[in-house]
Parts: sequence; C-alpha cells; structure tokens
Amino acid sequence: MAELCTNSAEISLGQLFSAVLKRDLLLSFRRKSDLVNPLIFFLMVATLFPLGVSPEPTFLADVAPGVVWVAALLATLLSLDGIFRSDYDDGTLEQVILSPQPLMVVCLAKVMAHWMTTGLPLALMSPLLGVMLFLPMSAMFGLVVSLLIGTFVLSLIGAIGAGLTVGLKRGGVLISLLVLPLYIPVLIFGSGAVQAAVAGLPLAGYLALLGAMLALGIVLAPLAISAAVRISVTG
Amino acid sequence: MSQPLLKVVDLFCERDERTLFDGLAFTLAAGELMQIEGANGSGKTTLLRILSGLSNDFEGEIYWRGELIAKMRDEFLSSMLYFGHQPGVKGMLTPVENLQWYSAIHPALSEEKILAALDAVGLKGYEDVPCHSLSAGQNRRVSLARLYMNTAKLWILDEPFTAIDKRGVAAKEKWLAGHVAAGGSVILTTHHDLTSCGPVTKINLDQLMGT
Repeated sequence: MAELCTNSAEISLGQLFSAVLKRDLLLSFRRKSDLVNPLIFFLMVATLFPLGVSPEPTFLADVAPGVVWVAALLATLLSLDGIFRSDYDDGTLEQVILSPQPLMVVCLAKVMAHWMTTGLPLALMSPLLGVMLFLPMSAMFGLVVSLLIGTFVLSLIGAIGAGLTVGLKRGGVLISLLVLPLYIPVLIFGSGAVQAAVAGLPLAGYLALLGAMLALGIVLAPLAISAAVRISVTG
Repeated sequence: MSQPLLKVVDLFCERDERTLFDGLAFTLAAGELMQIEGANGSGKTTLLRILSGLSNDFEGEIYWRGELIAKMRDEFLSSMLYFGHQPGVKGMLTPVENLQWYSAIHPALSEEKILAALDAVGLKGYEDVPCHSLSAGQNRRVSLARLYMNTAKLWILDEPFTAIDKRGVAAKEKWLAGHVAAGGSVILTTHHDLTSCGPVTKINLDQLMGT
C-alpha cells in the first residue's frame, strides 16, 4: 500500500521541455530523409527559377529576396504535416494528453524541434541561394536574420494548422488553406527586410516587426496549438 | 474504504445515432479488478476513453474519490495509467528511449525501474534494439512495461493482451493480481478469460445496449 502514492516525483517544466525537444530531435536525426527533404526543395527552387525565367544577373538580384523567402515558406509548409502525424498515428499524443503535464509546454517544445530541423537549416543555407541568385553581399545579413526569426513564426503558425488537421486522414491540402493567409504578413515583412538590405536602408524596423510577431506567436500560439491537438485527439 | 475510487452515475453515450449505453452506473473500489465485456462494437473502447478523460462525448457524471472528475483532472491524471489500442511506441527509438520519454511526461513512472521493467516483460537483451525491428507482440510489451514501473493507483487497460503469447499473458495476469492486492484498481477489456487474477467484477455492455 505504501508505494501506491501519487505524484511520486515532480517534473519541472524545463525538464519536460528539454525531454520533448531531445526526443523529437533524436527522432528526426534517425529519419534523415525528413530532415533533408525541405532543404532539397529549397535548393531546387533556387536552381530552377533562373532556368525558367531569366539568367540575367540584374533581374535575378531584383527578385532574389522574394524568391528565397517564398521558397523557404513553401519548404516549411511541406514539412508541417509531420509535426504531429506520427505521434497521432501511434497513440503517443493520447498518452501526452493523459499525462498531467501541461500540453502547451509539450507543443512549444515540438514546434521548437520542428524549427531546429527545418527553419534553422533553411536560414543557414540561404546565403548559398543568395549567391546563386546574385543577391548583393550586403544583403546576406538581412536575409539570414529575417529568415531565422521568420521561419520560427512560420513553424508556430503552421503547428496550429497541423494540430487541427492531424485527425483527418488527408490533412495536407487543408493545412495549406488554413495556414497560408496567416503566412502572408510574415512573408511581406520578411522579404521587405531583405529588399531594404539590398537598397542599403536600415533593417531595424522590419526586424522589429518580425520580432514582435515572434513574441506574440510564442505567447499565444501554444495556447491555440494545444487546443487544436486536444480537439483532434478527443473529438 | 468507504469512499469508492471511481463512481459512474447515469452514463449515456451514443455513436452515429446508435445508443451504446444508457443509464450505466457502477462503482470501483480500491483493490477491485473490473472487466468490461461485450461484443465488437459494443462500446468497450469508447467507455474506457470516456473514463480516462480522452473523450468528452457523453452525458452523465464520473466521480473520482467523491469529487467530479473535471474538477480533479490533474490529480486524477497523475494517479491513472491508460493503455490504449495503439501502443504509443516509436519504431525509431529503442525500448529504453521509449520508456525514458514516458517517465519524462508522467510523474507516476520512475526512470530507475526501466531496465527491471523490460526484464519483467521478457525484453532483456532487446534494450538497445530499435523498436521497428521488434515484433508486434514485443512492441506491445514495451508499452506494457509501463505497468512495471509506475505508482499509479488506477490502471485503465484496453485489450492489454492482444498479440501477447500465453506465458506473457499469465505473467501479466499475476502482475495485475499483485497490483489489486496492493490496493490498486484495474479496469480492463479483454476477450481472454482471466483465470489467475482473483475476483473479477464484470460489466457486460451487450445487456446495456439501448433500444
């Protein structure tokens, strides 16, 4: 009788966050194709774009900020369905919901892991695409920083859509429809930052706006994501 | 032990305009083992999902230690262990990593007991083999290992013996009997005849099927 007590060990939120993060990162490193897929897509867009439109350096430099940003956005969109899909299919999400831990923290950790395996590598690879599209060197800093902040916002917003559609057999199309309208502001200010950098204008305003979106997203998105996941699993 | 652990009053649930159960009422005391019986589709899994809090698609009241379950959710969840249809085991992780993850999200599971638990379910020697190269039964055993490393009072088990061999089932039954003897409670569904579990309270959903 003595050993049948509840709450034998309290788990701190920090430990919970790092446990989820560690597990998700481990899972994506064991399944490398998921890791490489968005990067290859990203690279392919930048390779094919000049072939399809025009290889003219001045033209490419003009459109480079938009092309790189759109490619990053679509690459993120491609990977969204995977955030909760496998956990839903094998019953892990049920167990997470039935654990006494706050679902919000688990969701935020999962989004963080998603960003670290898609957004972060995309941002780090973006200077290569910049060079391929004749983006001036002076704009590289703006490109990388705007993508670093912006892709995290994309992951946060996208996870809401992923949570809502995870209960459906084929949620892929629906995610795009749900999430794309919310992606537009991020795209506008993100590519705006790079265009400002190309023109030699100060970046701080654009980056501050992206930062504000990120701050708002980190505070509010986990609420929406956990509610969405709960609806999908218990509905 | 005057206060029942779990008390269900007037539970009603329908699926696709078909009544699964109506006016279902029972109590579960500490140290009781309850088997939910019924044909396929009679609502066994639905009932267990409702009891565990996974589904809110019902009418009626469920009390945990005399209080409405909705008010006691955190306390209820930390003293309950649910074993569902899907084992919740990641193929890319090893059994040890899977169980470490469960002990990280559930306070009633202790990490120190992982190796002993894997030994108890007969997976000694498979600790570091990725679960996707284990058999279906072994994957369920990984998930069942949670029963050997937790201090939760109430176990809700949905078909725990599926794909488990005869000797494994006998061992699990003994373990359930031990849990019940120590004052814990078990609700389970199974098509298997429980032989070595001691007294079993049975609820048959076929008789309760609505009109």
